Amino acid sequence: MTTLAIDGLNVTFSTEDGPLHALKNVSFDVPENRIVGIVGESGCGKSTLINAILGLLADNGSIDSGSILFQGRDDLTKLGPAQMRDLRGPKISTVFQDPMGALNPVISVGQQMINIQYRSDISKQEKAQRAVDMLELVRIPDARAALARYPHQFSGGMKQRIAIAMALMMEPALLIADEPTTALDATLEVTTIELLKDLQQQIGCSVLFISHHLGVIAELCDDVVVMYAGEVVERGTVRQIFNDPRHPYTARLLECDPARQSERTRSLPTIPGEIPDLRARPRGCIFANRCHRVHDACAAPPPDHDVGDGHVARCFVANVPETVEATA
Amino acid sequence: MLTYFFKRLGLAAVIVSVAMFILFCMIYLIPGDPASVALGPRATEEMRASLREAMGLNQPVPVQFWNFYSSAWMGDLGTEVLSGRPVLTVVLEQLPYTLALIAGGITWSVALGIPLGCWAAVSRGSWADRIVGILSVAVIAVPSFVIAIYALLIFAVQLRWLPAIGAGEPGDLGDQLTHLILPSLAVGLGWVGYIARMVRASMLEVLEASHIRTARAFGLPDRMITYRYALSIAILPTVTLLGVGIGQMLSSAVFAEIVFARPGVGKLVYDAILTRNFPVVSGTVLVTTVLFVLLNLLADLIIGALDPRVRSSF
Repeated sequence: MTTLAIDGLNVTFSTEDGPLHALKNVSFDVPENRIVGIVGESGCGKSTLINAILGLLADNGSIDSGSILFQGRDDLTKLGPAQMRDLRGPKISTVFQDPMGALNPVISVGQQMINIQYRSDISKQEKAQRAVDMLELVRIPDARAALARYPHQFSGGMKQRIAIAMALMMEPALLIADEPTTALDATLEVTTIELLKDLQQQIGCSVLFISHHLGVIAELCDDVVVMYAGEVVERGTVRQIFNDPRHPYTARLLECDPARQSERTRSLPTIPGEIPDLRARPRGCIFANRCHRVHDACAAPPPDHDVGDGHVARCFVANVPETVEATA
Repeated sequence: MLTYFFKRLGLAAVIVSVAMFILFCMIYLIPGDPASVALGPRATEEMRASLREAMGLNQPVPVQFWNFYSSAWMGDLGTEVLSGRPVLTVVLEQLPYTLALIAGGITWSVALGIPLGCWAAVSRGSWADRIVGILSVAVIAVPSFVIAIYALLIFAVQLRWLPAIGAGEPGDLGDQLTHLILPSLAVGLGWVGYIARMVRASMLEVLEASHIRTARAFGLPDRMITYRYALSIAILPTVTLLGVGIGQMLSSAVFAEIVFARPGVGKLVYDAILTRNFPVVSGTVLVTTVLFVLLNLLADLIIGALDPRVRSSF
């Protein structure tokens, strides 16, 4: 069963300068028990996508078309606020990027962990015990004493582990992790990633993992969705995306990864140009203005090209290897 | 926590000392001779001279200040010129009335201002928000004595719902409370506006914070998010504002006490100024200064109790 199936999702924000088409025809699946990574630059629509899934879009944002099917039953785009609230927490929970600000500063960690169990009928002692168990699971030392403490008394890495404990406490079917390691240093990043993978296997949930760190995605995820300017330009398994990128954007993005540089250079490679203004989306390919393989056909909207085994790229030349094109 | 408290207490003593110096200078610079006022126009020059000697007015100015300063710390604020009673006793007799008035004013402003501010923040941009915004500015703009006079005319004179003057029968708590409603409204109504605006602004800021997004992402009920998660943070600047606002409420209390003919330190100082009863003026100002400093300290301690981040920095 597919935990989350997003199909043809379009999200628009109304702004003073007219509508902003933030997500265009976004489609991908999060299969059960798999970790799906979403990668893309800042402003590519990752956060909008999360908010659309959680039903927490800003007041000026709206879902125009498409569906978000959760566990094959509920279309999240059609649920009311109360039904969405019932899903958030017990079924779909989230770890956000900023561990410093993600916890309420004036409520003790224990009280916050008890509060999010408000739907459950068990006694307060049992809820507290559940919180202790979870904190121990994420390796917070002296977990019982930690309940009485406040967020500012923990380090950044511990706060993020507490946030992970809170998110997994309700044993959700889907965990959304929005750049959970970006604010942490490299050592903490590795331990947090390992912890997340470990817990995912214990609890058996699906994970939607958002990051712009390619190394983390390659390490942690099973599938990868590459987003650019509000569109899914390519999706496939980690192996397909990293070994055989078919969209020029994915190929350039991988080239830009500092970890892939084999020679010492003074300047790291970049992709020239900027993301187009989403208030005036080009009719054709969104990446055309920065693409090194652009040709006349790119003025029309490119199709979602299935190049085999669920590996899909939204590009006209997805089936044409770059080397062939260069010699032709 | 305890060291913080004593540090603040020491600071309060310094503030009071500075206030005493300024107060002494002001009284010294006011034209008019307290001895002449006390004895009246028919007194002889000898009588004035002997009273001046008794009041210590012929001593050098620094000595006068030192006498004033040291005896004030011992609780001796001098004697009232006319009746000869100790000033401290006179002021402390009146103080409970003013404290009740200010407590009533704070009750009005908090009981109305916080819910209105929350309501405006939660329904931002709606008609409710706009009405609260306009009303807030309106009640801030109207001086408290105008509110006092109209409250008196409408509710006491026209509608006869509430008593017009006095503080009620001593010992009859219900009667005293009904006498408190209108004067405390006059003192507190402007603060309803301040607090509503303050709470609205800080609520809007807190509601944008990422921990509120986390709370929403865990599906917590809106009511819990607004009052438990957001308001408990948004209330903090309001407590500080109220601590500072006590000073302004004390000055509004002067008007309210005069309009409603209530006893209280405001009425006391007003009468004392008219009769040039300087020891009472300085004594009252000194007691209210101490009161103001202590209530500010209380506000800071309340913030410490509400905010664990502040508490651990003590």
